[in-house]
Amino acid sequence: MNFQAIKTIYMFEMMRMFRTIGQSIAAPVISTSLYFVVFGSAIGSSIKSIDGVSYGSFIVPGLIMLSVLTQSISNASFGIYFPRFTGTIYEQLSAPISYLEIVIGYVGAATSKSLILGLLILGTANFFVDVSIQNIPLMTLFLLLTCITFSLFGFIIGIWAENFEQLQIIPLLVITPLTFLGGSFYSLKMLPPIWQKISFLNPLVYLISGFRWSFYGSGDVNLGVSFIMAALFLIVSLLIIRWIFKTGYKLKT
Amino acid sequence: MLIMIEIIEISKLNKTYAGKFQALTDVDLSIKSGEIFALLGPNGAGKTTLISMICGLVRLTSGTIRVDGKNIEDQPRDIRQRIGLVPQELTTNMFETVWDTVQFTRGLFGFKKNNKFIENLLKSLSLWDKRKNTMMTLSGGMKRRVMIAKALAHEPDILFLDEPTAGVDVSLRKDMWTQLHALRKSGVTIILTTHYIEEAEEMADRIGVINNGKIVIVEKKEKLIKKLGKKHISFKLDNELKKIPKRLANFKLTIKDKVLHYEYDSKNTDIHISNLFDALKTENITYKDITTKQSSLEEIFVELVKNS
Ligand SMILES: Nc1ncnc2c1ncn2[C@@H]1O[C@H](COP(=O)(O)OP(=O)(O)OP(=O)(O)O)[C@@H](O)[C@H]1O
Ligand SMILES: [Mg+2]
Repeated sequence: MNFQAIKTIYMFEMMRMFRTIGQSIAAPVISTSLYFVVFGSAIGSSIKSIDGVSYGSFIVPGLIMLSVLTQSISNASFGIYFPRFTGTIYEQLSAPISYLEIVIGYVGAATSKSLILGLLILGTANFFVDVSIQNIPLMTLFLLLTCITFSLFGFIIGIWAENFEQLQIIPLLVITPLTFLGGSFYSLKMLPPIWQKISFLNPLVYLISGFRWSFYGSGDVNLGVSFIMAALFLIVSLLIIRWIFKTGYKLKT
Repeated sequence: MLIMIEIIEISKLNKTYAGKFQALTDVDLSIKSGEIFALLGPNGAGKTTLISMICGLVRLTSGTIRVDGKNIEDQPRDIRQRIGLVPQELTTNMFETVWDTVQFTRGLFGFKKNNKFIENLLKSLSLWDKRKNTMMTLSGGMKRRVMIAKALAHEPDILFLDEPTAGVDVSLRKDMWTQLHALRKSGVTIILTTHYIEEAEEMADRIGVINNGKIVIVEKKEKLIKKLGKKHISFKLDNELKKIPKRLANFKLTIKDKVLHYEYDSKNTDIHISNLFDALKTENITYKDITTKQSSLEEIFVELVKNS
């Protein structure tokens, strides 16, 4: 293992965050506050509690998921796309590092950033509403699993993308809608039966539900199913990355 | 003369891009440890492709590359640690500072920080004053030198330079030559490509010419010049010469503005210059001055490419 190289890539990526530390903290804090003002207070006051949890508290896990999913993808995809775009990727390709080390460096950094972001939102939310976490280890596990999986997924997008539009299109057109439709701001039980069935095709339902389970002890789907789905996403992402590096897809001619 | 071992051995190397375009065909080439090797060839000949394959940027279609006896596909780590590359394109992260970008490369190659070494490196490339500048605030020539600094940041003993002096001014180019000679003295093997023949002539121990993906010739620089070199003698005549006398017909002479030109192949031993002098004397052709010239590498190179 070339630990020095992993550390170098990791620190390089983290520096981007530290350089704009004010922005990195302010952005999630402000947007979370906005959500609570709009959803929690203005709209939430007229929604009765769900499964015995007040609406403001109910949306906390979904809100964290929404940010963590999109930020994991955009951080990791940008991290690897930028050197491809500028051409400096030649360094990573000619250095004595394995693909595994490249992935650990970039995905590790993106994961760390998302974790920090998730915790920031959690802290901010706690300021507005009561947040109780029933199972902290489970919550941590789900959060970590999500950060890693979607950072890996972002890494894949960063390798696949040919331009900046393609880089944004998946988080914008796929992930954000699926998160909104995945029960981040409502319980699937509130939907008509046919829409409930359709919702189960949305893979993010399982992640959001499982994550909420760790907070309030109940979710839209069985905890075990959520867990299996989360693990499955991770495995699929890993397999795609292995294939990318085996074939040199978009990296080597 | 010390015995040189072959540090890079390339055999039967082929590259076909995207399953269609054959960029390299059956390339066999050996680079000796500690030499400066210049790879010459016209645009699109395959120079960058060849270098990229040795450095691990482009996949091999077939054939083998060994560095210090190790196959690059089997033991990429050991080999890559020892190789530095200055790519043809000026690719930089424009928001990064000179200092950071050089440190980044060192780290990427698995080396511990060594600020003193980097300081000396930047000083030797006249970049020390610019260490806190971001890449986008540097001139083209400075960026090129940063690329060289990056390539040397992990103290490689094999250095590839793909057109290192493109866009570098004359005095700086001479500085670079001096530095490369110094590097070679310290034991670094250097492989460079250039379109400036003058550069190859100044720097190289050996020269390889590549055209259309095939190696045309590999030869010691002096030998190449001697082997293929045409010599040229011009006589500045005292008097106008309307036409060339019959006796001189088989010397293939040309005349222009009272100067008689004679070109001959130095490797052709049938010809004796003294015969020409004798003939001129017999014809009573007198001259004030003689100049001789040996054809430059550039002329040899043009000739080679034309015929291959
Ligand atoms: N990624 C690629 N895909 C397809 N063809 C390529 C690719 N890279 C290079 N080629 C082709 O391979 C040939 C050799 O290119 P290469 O860059 O090795 O030439 P070169 O000798 O370095 O030329 P120059 O002096 O212009 O730098 C060219 O015809 C080029 O178009
Ligand atoms: Mg080239």
